[in-house]
Amino acid sequence: MFMLKFIVRNMFRHKLRSILTVVGVAVAVLAFGLLRTLVGLWYSGAEHASATRLVTRNSISLIFPLPVSYLDRIRGVPGVTSVSYGNWFGGIYIDEKHFFANYAVQPASYLELYPEFRLSAKERNDFLMDRKGCIVGNKLAKTYGWKVGDIITLKGTIYPGNWEMVVRGIYRGAEKTTEERILLFHWDYLNETLKKTVARRADQVGFYMVGVKKPELAPDVALTIDGIFKNSLAETLTETEKAFHMSFVSMTEAIMVAIQIVSYMVIAIIMVVAANTMAMTARERTAEYATLKTLGFKAGHLGFLIFGESVAISLFGGVLGAVCTFPAALWIETQLAQYFPYFSVSRETITLEILAALLVGVVSGIFPTWRGATIKVAAGLRHIG
Amino acid sequence: MSERPDAIVSIRNLSKSYRRGNQVLPVLTGISFDIARGEFVALMGPSGSGKSTLLNLIAGIDSADSGSIKVAGVEITGLSENELARWRAHSVGFIFQFYNLIPVLTAFENVELPLLLTSLSRRERREHVEAVLSVVGLADRMDHYPSQLSGGQQQRVAIARAVVTDPEILVADEPTGDLDRASAEEILRLMDRLVHELGKTIIMVTHDPRAAEKAHLIRHLEKGELSES
Repeated sequence: MFMLKFIVRNMFRHKLRSILTVVGVAVAVLAFGLLRTLVGLWYSGAEHASATRLVTRNSISLIFPLPVSYLDRIRGVPGVTSVSYGNWFGGIYIDEKHFFANYAVQPASYLELYPEFRLSAKERNDFLMDRKGCIVGNKLAKTYGWKVGDIITLKGTIYPGNWEMVVRGIYRGAEKTTEERILLFHWDYLNETLKKTVARRADQVGFYMVGVKKPELAPDVALTIDGIFKNSLAETLTETEKAFHMSFVSMTEAIMVAIQIVSYMVIAIIMVVAANTMAMTARERTAEYATLKTLGFKAGHLGFLIFGESVAISLFGGVLGAVCTFPAALWIETQLAQYFPYFSVSRETITLEILAALLVGVVSGIFPTWRGATIKVAAGLRHIG
Repeated sequence: MSERPDAIVSIRNLSKSYRRGNQVLPVLTGISFDIARGEFVALMGPSGSGKSTLLNLIAGIDSADSGSIKVAGVEITGLSENELARWRAHSVGFIFQFYNLIPVLTAFENVELPLLLTSLSRRERREHVEAVLSVVGLADRMDHYPSQLSGGQQQRVAIARAVVTDPEILVADEPTGDLDRASAEEILRLMDRLVHELGKTIIMVTHDPRAAEKAHLIRHLEKGELSES
């Protein structure tokens, strides 16, 4: 008890230095936590993908389309429960800064495959009945203040022109991780317009979404679909939704690896700073350690004092940083919603933050502890001057 | 040289040298002497004569090159670091020139420090600490931090810390060196009381002839050799 009191008093001996160290560790831990969360979110789309959904696309590249005529043949593959299709529309609302995902899809089958997009029966029906209708996610609607019945216009980039549509429903995600910043509208609206304007681009889809009875069937179904269209003009590549997401993620994997490295570097830097501070502290107290040894205290006692202080300061900073992670994540989620619609800190991240702080405390305490514990008494006393 | 029957400290052929680069600097060369129980001995000599080194060797915080040091019947030259730490905790009390109090601990807590290494209960420790702080006249200042005390008061706390475990001997390295005349007199009177009333043995290093006058015996160290006056 006495020794713990001693550690706490030592911690606040040089208040400014201790506060700066605690704040330094807290900021580093906060940065570490936010970067880890960012990396985790990058992969979360893949992690939350359904195991019973497959994506069929052109085997050359996603930018090459597939004929809509493949629909019935895919639907006929054993194990397939339902098939939908669509195109990445890439429309812009107001200007480029207002980015969100928008797809032209076959609405009935798409909503059947995505039960996590929750709509009221009326909204669902209104959407299905209106060829120029669209549905938007709740967060997206909140961002722009859209209400059911509003008319919005997207400016096409892949499909030029102004595309007017009516908001017929606002869906909510079944899970917290469900994407609520998507706009979906009728593929028929896109296709019929293309038939009139650029006929050669009509009757083509960017992807098929394929529902399978159970996850175990997915590999066989994928092989069968790709086998059907082998040696055709548009060969297919069918993969699980998770693999499909991962193919996007892998394009940016180098960036994610860099972010991960930066997150570790932040901890390494604060470790060096904290170690330097602790070494300086221990050097200043050389005479005190020698005095304690003179009184009969052993290396273990001094080790406990110095190591305890180092770990306590780092853990204090770590807990502060971990606590601050939540409001910081909330701020990011609200202020940068277009980039991070869902920025939730996981329990694993908080654990990692605390462990990182503990590691900082342990590593930064090693040298001063060794130095304090092995100090020669007579030499240490001379340190007084 | 035969050992005095009443000797509490018995030193024989003690030598100590320091190494500076390749050079060996002898500090003490074959010193032998005894200190009787209850004696107040002053060690004097010019700077670099080896007074503090001799004191450190007797107190077991430095190691000799050769020779023997027996304190209260214990040969301390052969003890390991841990054995020496244990021995110091109950056998030696230290009084330093600059008091060496821990600034983040109160006077009470500073005095309590050596007792933490004993098996005394918290209540017993409190009784001991209060008793010795009363002896040094600081019963009313026990909750003060060193920075809130004068130099003389800090040295009295240091003396209380030195005697709280009731050690065999007290070693004092320039105990009045950092004090004004009045405070120094006060400290010397207190040390005198420790010898006469509590029967303590004190070995004091000092440059101050007036401090040395309080001692029963003054020994001079010069060029590593000892003489008596």
